[in-house]
Amino acid sequence: MVGIVIVSHSQKLAEGTAELAQMMAAKAVIAPAGGLDDGSTGTSFEKIYQAVDDVYSDDGVAVLMDMGSAVMTTEMVIEAMDDRKIQMMDCPLVEGAVLAAVETAMGTTLEELAEKLETTRTMKKIME
Amino acid sequence: MIEILQAVAKRIEAEKDFLTQLDNEIGDGDHGINMARGFQAVEQKLPTLADKDIGAILKGVGMQLVSTVGGASGPLYGTAFMKAGAACKDKMELDGAGFAAALDAAIGGIKMRGKAHEGEKTMLDALCPAYAALQEGLAAGSDTKAALEAAVAAAEKGVEYTKTIIATKGRASYLGERSIGHQDPGATSSLYMLQTILANL
Repeated sequence: MVGIVIVSHSQKLAEGTAELAQMMAAKAVIAPAGGLDDGSTGTSFEKIYQAVDDVYSDDGVAVLMDMGSAVMTTEMVIEAMDDRKIQMMDCPLVEGAVLAAVETAMGTTLEELAEKLETTRTMKKIME
Repeated sequence: MIEILQAVAKRIEAEKDFLTQLDNEIGDGDHGINMARGFQAVEQKLPTLADKDIGAILKGVGMQLVSTVGGASGPLYGTAFMKAGAACKDKMELDGAGFAAALDAAIGGIKMRGKAHEGEKTMLDALCPAYAALQEGLAAGSDTKAALEAAVAAAEKGVEYTKTIIATKGRASYLGERSIGHQDPGATSSLYMLQTILANL
């Protein structure tokens, strides 16, 4: 099963998003990586590295990020783990996390997941 | 090299409040704090790197920065120092040409990591003019010190230039036109590094 890592500048946001996604798909494998080591806001290379390591399997890992340095720091983690199958997903964080959890729990591959997550960009929540 | 880096760390820490103030105006107010934290960690690490080649020292600095800065400057300066380190592999001394190669590699790293170029109100607006001036000086036969003086002067002009343009990268980009008139914090911290290197040659 593809593992999911949620990267945010905020520890609470990463944990909360992971919690929500886990609720939507109990079987999904999700790790939050938010905030700095002391819990303050920022992105931590170590936390992201550890989270990827925690959920990694041969099926690979999908990383979702909030913005800015979350993306750049994740890139550096991926470069440091250059023999692993890890893909950054360009999608809204919460909507993406929920869909990723549901999809990966159903066995969707990393490659298929990237395509599916595109739909979260224009998802509407208030129906006509 | 260790002494120069220690001096750079001290300079950044000394300017923490000013950098934070600049970042309060157009960013999220953490550049000074983040950079000071990062360079404090670098200072702790430097003694353990003392017997290594310049490449390894710079790489160590880069890795420390990405691990402790916490904001965008972490991956940006982290990559810059790591790429500079790769360009200085196995070297125990650096001449003008070596420094230019390291700076070029650092700039390449920032462009790659930040997906930015000159004119977007970033550290590149200090570093790119500095590199151009350095290369020009060296090519014209100036000694390293004179070429670096020209580089610092160009970086100073670059920092002034950032006041006149709009931010399109980072937190400041959310301000749009309101970012005009404000000096970029990243360009400022880059300038401080170059000034400190020059002062400690």
